Amino acid sequence: MMTIVVIITAILIVIVGSQLLKIAELKAKSKGELIYEVSEKQGKSQAVILLIFMFGLIGFFFWQMYAWYGLRLPVSASAHGEAIDYLSDVTFLIITPVFLLTHVVLLWFCFKYAYSSKRKALFFSHSNKLETVWTVAPALVLTVLILMGLTSWNEIMTPVPSETEHVLIELTGQQFNWTARYAGDDKKLGRSHVSLIEGVNGTGVDLSDVDAKDDKLVKGEFHLPIGVPVQFVFRSLDVIHSAYLPHFRAQMNCVPGITTQFNFTPTITTEEMRIKVGNDEFNYVLLCNKICGAAHYNMQMDVIVESQEDYDKWLAEQKTLVE
Amino acid sequence: MSTHQHHTKDFLFTYVFSTDHKMISKQFLITGFLMGFIGLIMSTLFRLQLGWPGESFEIVELLMGSWQENGVMNPDKYLALVTMHGTIMVFFLLTAGLSGTFSNLLIPLQIGARDMASGFLNMLSYWFFFVSSVIMLISLFVEGGSASAGWTIYPPLSALPQAIPGSGAGMTLWLIAMSIFIVSSLIGSLNYIVTVFNLRTKGMSMTRLPLTIWAFLLTAVLGVLSFPVLLSAALLLVFDRSFGTSFYLSDIYIGGQVLDHSGGSPILFEHLFWFLGHPEVYIVLLPALGITSEIISTMSRKPIFGYRAMIGSMMAIAFLSFIVWGHHMFLTGMNPFLGSVFTFTTLLIAIPSAVKVFNYLTTLWKGNIVFTPATLFSVGLVSTFISGGVTGLVLGNSALDINVHDTYFVIGHFHIVMGLSAIFGMFAGVYHWFPKLFGRMMNNKLGNVHFWFTIVCSYGVFFPMHFLGFAGVPRRYYTFSEFPMFEEMISINEFISIFAIIAMLAQLVFFFNFVYSALRGPKAPMNPWRANSLEWTTPVEHFHGNWYGEIPTVYRWPYDYSKVDSNGDYLYGEDFIPQTTPLGENEKDGGEH
Repeated sequence: MMTIVVIITAILIVIVGSQLLKIAELKAKSKGELIYEVSEKQGKSQAVILLIFMFGLIGFFFWQMYAWYGLRLPVSASAHGEAIDYLSDVTFLIITPVFLLTHVVLLWFCFKYAYSSKRKALFFSHSNKLETVWTVAPALVLTVLILMGLTSWNEIMTPVPSETEHVLIELTGQQFNWTARYAGDDKKLGRSHVSLIEGVNGTGVDLSDVDAKDDKLVKGEFHLPIGVPVQFVFRSLDVIHSAYLPHFRAQMNCVPGITTQFNFTPTITTEEMRIKVGNDEFNYVLLCNKICGAAHYNMQMDVIVESQEDYDKWLAEQKTLVE
Repeated sequence: MSTHQHHTKDFLFTYVFSTDHKMISKQFLITGFLMGFIGLIMSTLFRLQLGWPGESFEIVELLMGSWQENGVMNPDKYLALVTMHGTIMVFFLLTAGLSGTFSNLLIPLQIGARDMASGFLNMLSYWFFFVSSVIMLISLFVEGGSASAGWTIYPPLSALPQAIPGSGAGMTLWLIAMSIFIVSSLIGSLNYIVTVFNLRTKGMSMTRLPLTIWAFLLTAVLGVLSFPVLLSAALLLVFDRSFGTSFYLSDIYIGGQVLDHSGGSPILFEHLFWFLGHPEVYIVLLPALGITSEIISTMSRKPIFGYRAMIGSMMAIAFLSFIVWGHHMFLTGMNPFLGSVFTFTTLLIAIPSAVKVFNYLTTLWKGNIVFTPATLFSVGLVSTFISGGVTGLVLGNSALDINVHDTYFVIGHFHIVMGLSAIFGMFAGVYHWFPKLFGRMMNNKLGNVHFWFTIVCSYGVFFPMHFLGFAGVPRRYYTFSEFPMFEEMISINEFISIFAIIAMLAQLVFFFNFVYSALRGPKAPMNPWRANSLEWTTPVEHFHGNWYGEIPTVYRWPYDYSKVDSNGDYLYGEDFIPQTTPLGENEKDGGEH
């Protein structure tokens, strides 16, 4: 019933609209004008609207900052995150004025130079000097951003050296959950392969491998000790997933067939962060960030960062696979 | 080739299998817009889910059949919608619809040719596009639904029906449709390139070509070099899906079974896909930039500022676009050194883009600007190109990409540059060249309404997404409600969805204006915008061969607007000098330095 009403309304709107357009065309003709010619007055009113739009767009930007800037992630909870956030701030401090100024120029020009029969436009076709200025200036700015970015990138993507004290965790993604495997005291992960998946051994660890004897499989939440680098090895059992830990400024795809790596050092415990954000139910979280199937929107695992002692206690409570 | 008038009897060859570039351009336009409208409805549907998660909607129930339950869409079908939305918009609307329309319409007319080098291949190019569109739409109705692995269709998700139902028959049809689409695109591009090089009229040197032609030429070159790689990616995926190969697959355990594939890597697919995927976005954008150059110049009554720099920057963008694809892959697990290389090349591409923006601004400076809807959309393109372009500096820097990759920040960025800039270029082109397409004029008031509602609502849709991305909200999520940290952002989704619905309705104003004007609009004069390029020297009525008698000779570049003598009076008495006007005694052609 509703559908018929909508269809009939649409047809009526089309008919009425067509008649109105026809009337407008005839009205213009009767005045000796052509309906498609933009009169100076019409042009100037568009120019005014463009100017209003300039204020509107800039206003909208600042309103959004006011309304939503506070929703951004809290301070970085990892050591390398500081450099990332700093680079991010620098980048925004550059692009925001560019965005604002170029829009002012664009829309002010539209307003100021709206058509007037009393003026002539200026025949100004080229200037090598100007072209050089606005080629070199962006190039310089970008060089700075590139240098800063690549310095950070190289540091971040370097695996933790094996001599350095660290926690070694394998994170395995699958439709639609995560499994963390702790390497245990031997600091080595046992061999694994999908063909060995069976029951509790959800990620296919080779139990005959001596390095696997002390590996611990953990689901639901995993813990990290404060201030100690954690070296992640990522795997996937089925499709591409992505381990996204936004609070730690960490992300890496989990690709079936290979392992990938990422590492960071947590610098703020869960307790400390709860105070910082003023929410005692806050938890760090691991999300999937690569489309992986129907429940992609709910593939998560909590991450707890705590003191070394609390971490050791928790880890001791986790069972090894052998057990 | 002389003009033939004897096709009036043959409906099939005049309207259906026409080899006339003007008819083919309209076929591309209408098919592109129809596909675009379908893509738009899809986005409205998933914005309903995102804005009001889990709520029941009659329209969802009506349109989505077995893809929903009680008016709430299924999560995997949400993914099908975003996948098909992306595929349709990027390829069918913004590639075939945009390039197919304007390259076909304008290349022969602006270079001074009777038609494309091969009208027959041109006709095939359209019909392959049509067939691929039909197959793509059919894929919505097969068992398991349409492809659902994102428009980027990474395997193994896209290779395994067990991983998501849409990766069954729907994905197969997607691959077939895209293969045919690629053939269409390649034939078209070859035609455009050959025509531009070989069929220019007397006096039309390369540096007297309007910037639209340069843009279409470079776009065609990009297409010819990059689409075949997508075809190969698709072919290998077909083999993995249907013939037991393991190009992309290895060590997979799914549905309780270990699969028989070994040795492949999904990252291979990603490289092959993005090798096209990145040039593709410039295939989408360059024609829009060319159109904007043309319209801003004509409507400001000024030469485009920095004609040679504009050509140079388009060439730089085209070249660089081949060596930046890895910025879509910083976090795929590929060697971080590659990440560094791609960061470097990606940030470089900002330079010619900045040059273009500054040149547009300088063209407007001290102009005498007539604001038609085409002008407004061109100004809108400059605005959105700036807005979307600057966030590219965040995404292109690998260290920064770590936290915003695959979040709403990316969605904001690419929609503003493609969903806004490129489509604005297309709208501007339609309003501006409507007289050449249909011999009639569109209504300006409705056009203005269309523009203002579209730009305001579109910014309302996509600007907030940057904030969502910075808060860590991933893309392709059916709902945010499973994460406490995203609680507060559901209201932003509502905000976005409301604007999205209004923006969608605003497009109906455009469609009404378009159809009404094409059928009953006021008849167009030969040169309504008082422009210089050759298309405005052809009679309003369409016939094969474009010009009665000889094709005009060209004596100057197309940007002699407001050229004055030493007394400050317009040369030849008008503020525009068509390319067909010979140079005066001491006059230098503006295109020569």
